[in-house]
Amino acid sequence: MKTLVRILAICVIVGAVGAWVLTAPAPLEDDFAAGHTADVENGALVFAAAGCASCHTAPGAEDKQMLSGGHSFASDFGTFYAPNISPGVQGIGGWSPAEFARAVTKGVSPDGDHYYPAFPYTSYQRMTAPDVSDLYAYMQTLPVSDVPSKAHEVGFPFNIRRGLGVWKQMYMADDPVLTGDLSEQLERGRYLVEALGHCGECHTPRNALGGLDRDMWLAGAPNPSGKGEIPNITPGKLDWAESDLVYYFESGFTPDYDSVGGSMAAVVTNLSKLPESDRAAIAAYLKAVPAVP
Amino acid sequence: MNLFMKSTMALGLGVAVIATASIAGSHSSEKLNPAVAARQHQMQMVGYSIGILGAVAKGEMEYDAAMVSSAAKNLNALAQLDRASLWIEGTEQGATAGTRAKAEIWSDPDGFAEKFQALADASAALIDASDAAAVGAGMGDLGGSCKGCHEKYRGPKNE
Repeated sequence: MKTLVRILAICVIVGAVGAWVLTAPAPLEDDFAAGHTADVENGALVFAAAGCASCHTAPGAEDKQMLSGGHSFASDFGTFYAPNISPGVQGIGGWSPAEFARAVTKGVSPDGDHYYPAFPYTSYQRMTAPDVSDLYAYMQTLPVSDVPSKAHEVGFPFNIRRGLGVWKQMYMADDPVLTGDLSEQLERGRYLVEALGHCGECHTPRNALGGLDRDMWLAGAPNPSGKGEIPNITPGKLDWAESDLVYYFESGFTPDYDSVGGSMAAVVTNLSKLPESDRAAIAAYLKAVPAVP
Repeated sequence: MNLFMKSTMALGLGVAVIATASIAGSHSSEKLNPAVAARQHQMQMVGYSIGILGAVAKGEMEYDAAMVSSAAKNLNALAQLDRASLWIEGTEQGATAGTRAKAEIWSDPDGFAEKFQALADASAALIDASDAAAVGAGMGDLGGSCKGCHEKYRGPKNE
């Protein structure tokens, strides 16, 4: 009997320690991007490619550099609000480069809390260290907003942030989706689509726990807001010529001269700021992903 | 690809386009609110005119001053159609079938007017475009005006 109790006790302790370890936020990397001199101009391009302004400006704001936050995102788990990420006290003012890098690529706040994956760190985790460093430098140059961030409206059990540690173990895959022997252009396209552009966050369906279904990569998904469908953009459905895709990313015009709208309009505004070669790389990538009918 | 395959494919594509158009046509002409139908025809004409300018900009159609200026003038006129009899209150998405017009059109009429003004300005700038490069240069503002309005005032497909 005594032995059984002892075994049970050990199991409980091991389990608790295991759970604590599994749910632990990633530590800071103090030597992050060591030796890299930040390039603010490249940071502006990373900022555009990563679409930061699309979510972090105030709803309806014309000024796409004032990152006061406030956009709401309805989901099955509650409503999330994009926070203020301007370089002031309400935002990321005072964050060290290492704290910023951990937030963006690991989804962990400077206080060591897990962020909800409404913030697409599952994609940004593959952002290169120089790009993160340049993005940080660029964001320091943006105007400060004093608007406080709005608290998320998330109920039990999803309000226990520690639990996100388990979610990250299950769904924060860091391997690329498109694999194989890729050309330089396709590698660039993959980086832009899978890491910075985080296209899969909306265009790929999710399971009951909010993890992306990678077998249905970019095959379209219900709009989490409940209105309409986010389209399938694999070659199984999207039959535009590669040059039409490139022109769409630049101008917002579809091949039949309808125009982009809704949430995708902000994406095109961002893509139009990138070099033509980047738009071509994204188009090439979209032609190379597995077709899902 | 040989000529036979090409022409077969072209024929197949043509049939598909006609079939799609006729299905869409029969579907939309039955029930659409007349104001909604009129707005959609206005947008079709907008698309037609931009199509001419876009084809010239992309080099798919040879620059022709008369065509370019006509397309730009028509766009400019379409942007200035009086809205009172077209954008009738209560004909928004959810309330009237077949439209994607958002309620914000009526709650924010000044913002909506600004968007049409942006189209009027962008198209006016193209009336005297003297070559394909000039048309191409003007397409950015033109696309921006379409995008700006569709971002705020057009709802999602198949709501």
